[in-house]
Amino acid sequence: MSTSRRTFLRASLAGSTLAVAMGAGLLSPRTVLAAWPQKAFATDSLEEAMKGIVGGSNATPSDKVVVEAPDIAENGAVVSITVKSSIPNAESIAVFVPENTAPLTMSYLVTAQITDFITSRIKMRKTSEVLAVVKASGKLYSGKKSVKVTLGGCGG
Amino acid sequence: MANEIKIRAWMAEGDKATVKAIIFHPMETGLRKDKSTGQIIPAHYITEAKIEHNGKNIMTCLWGPGVSKNPFLSFSFKGAKSGDNLKISWVDNKGDHSSDEVKLA
Repeated sequence: MSTSRRTFLRASLAGSTLAVAMGAGLLSPRTVLAAWPQKAFATDSLEEAMKGIVGGSNATPSDKVVVEAPDIAENGAVVSITVKSSIPNAESIAVFVPENTAPLTMSYLVTAQITDFITSRIKMRKTSEVLAVVKASGKLYSGKKSVKVTLGGCGG
Repeated sequence: MANEIKIRAWMAEGDKATVKAIIFHPMETGLRKDKSTGQIIPAHYITEAKIEHNGKNIMTCLWGPGVSKNPFLSFSFKGAKSGDNLKISWVDNKGDHSSDEVKLA
């Protein structure tokens, strides 16, 4: 990111009209690269979510994609998920919970420098599989793990 | 506490570094109701977090409301050495943003 762009963003934040527009969600400061795929994150269909984030819904199950998660999650609001991939030239890793209101939970656009694993914590509404899809050289590979949730994590 | 990021980053083995970070953020889904008022709590969640190593983007996290409150992120990367800069910056659906950086231990 160039410095001038950053300065521009700071300057525009000060402008009240722009600030109002941002507050309304019409314009968000692109301090981070890549467009956020709003549609993929909003859909309740696993297929649509996969198409939206990795460009297809047919992933080949692979033992090179390993999902590590607890067998039983007592608190669905915080479920630690680790994805380990040994697929070469990975471009992105997306994690889906098909039983969630919105199956797509997170996606990581990775470079060759990222190795071994990525761990994050996600919410799970109820017992579900956790599906990880790795996109590499235009192909999709998947791994999954079932997690039993005893207390759902999306309710109020 | 607002907009706070806690980052730990250290050399593991060879040229590999391990990073652990927590970003303090409510990560509201927009589906929950405030129990006292019955009003829906508006969605408020981080959409993108960017990881930079010595100024070069090495990973972009696209997050949705399904990521837990106070998102935790851990990963390892190669091509690192002690003293290198690691920066994490994020932006949320309301346009709030923050960043923090550490030197690799």
